Amino acid sequence: MTADAFATAAAVTDPELPVVTIAELGILRDAHGDGTTATVTITPTYSGCPAMGTIRADIARALRAAGYTEVDIRTEYAPAWTTDWITPAGRRKLAAAGIAPPGAAPGGRTGLPLVGAPPPECPRCGSTEVAELSRFGPTACTSLWRCHTCLEPFEHVKPH
Amino acid sequence: MNEDVGYLLGLADDALIASHRLSEWSSQAHDLEEDIALSNIALDLLGQARMLLTLAGEREGAGRDEDALAYLRDEREFRNVQLVELPRGDFAVTVVRMLFFSAYQAELYLRLEAESGERPDLAAIAAKSLKEVAYHLDHATRWTVRLGDGTAESHRRAQRAVDELWPYTHELFETEGDLRGAWLARVERVLAEATLTRPADDADRFRPTGGRSGVHTEHMGYLLAEMQHLHRSHPGAVW
Repeated sequence: MTADAFATAAAVTDPELPVVTIAELGILRDAHGDGTTATVTITPTYSGCPAMGTIRADIARALRAAGYTEVDIRTEYAPAWTTDWITPAGRRKLAAAGIAPPGAAPGGRTGLPLVGAPPPECPRCGSTEVAELSRFGPTACTSLWRCHTCLEPFEHVKPH
Repeated sequence: MNEDVGYLLGLADDALIASHRLSEWSSQAHDLEEDIALSNIALDLLGQARMLLTLAGEREGAGRDEDALAYLRDEREFRNVQLVELPRGDFAVTVVRMLFFSAYQAELYLRLEAESGERPDLAAIAAKSLKEVAYHLDHATRWTVRLGDGTAESHRRAQRAVDELWPYTHELFETEGDLRGAWLARVERVLAEATLTRPADDADRFRPTGGRSGVHTEHMGYLLAEMQHLHRSHPGAVW
């Protein structure tokens, strides 16, 4: 007896942002079962994301536990991952964990050079009086900010 | 070697070697934020290199995966331009090289992304990488302006970096000559804002070449020795 492959894979959490699932982040593109074989398609957030290996292992473990003996995990690069795929539930959970969710990704062709995206709201107090400390944060997809109102630092998932 | 495989290896090796040089800053940068930034950029480039090496290995059809290509080729088999293998130098050298290289990658990936009909696999990698390169270019731009238009000492070092690295930029356009105009426009705008000048294009000036055919500077062998020794000492080692 096997559980629904998509629901099983969708429940796997992101190793670096464990408050959200890989489905909520838009990393999981497809998953379906055929007998005891599950086929999963994922896409990396950033091309160097070091969490991909762990995510693959976590998906395989979850699907085996759900009764699938064969798990085929494919990686797809196109269309390229965008933060616009993060679901509303995913955004709420990020904010609740103190990580400001992204605004809309730069539309169409990549804006070069990068123009300053609108600043996020502080996920703790909602203030817009914030300053960017570093465009590169502890994970590839986040930047570091500071709130001038509540004086707390916070992470922000960069619009991408 | 198949022409397409050689071309893909050029792109992959540029990213791989640039990544390795940047990773040398991990735990060495002047503050924590910059340390994280340089390591992040190195990681992006490593990811790009892995996708490109994997594609090159598939196209070659000889059973070589990304690890075989990264760790088991010798110096003369690497196809990167010499610009990316030069020692990391001081922070000005790192910043100015990032400006030159990411501006080149931006133009190149924009073109490859537009050629999705001819090479869909490469176009997908280019489209993904371009979003990351936008950050690298932005970071290099901000620092170039800050150093060039900063103190007398930071200006002196930034100008020295431009002068020393400029001859190596010509190699980027030996096979991508059509990109140089757009690259120059992008780079010259930043240099002007940074109050820096660039050497003239006189043909009789020093113009090192050879990376694309496997001829490298004396620094390359040391870099590969460090990058490859673990895999060669422990064949098949994985994390």
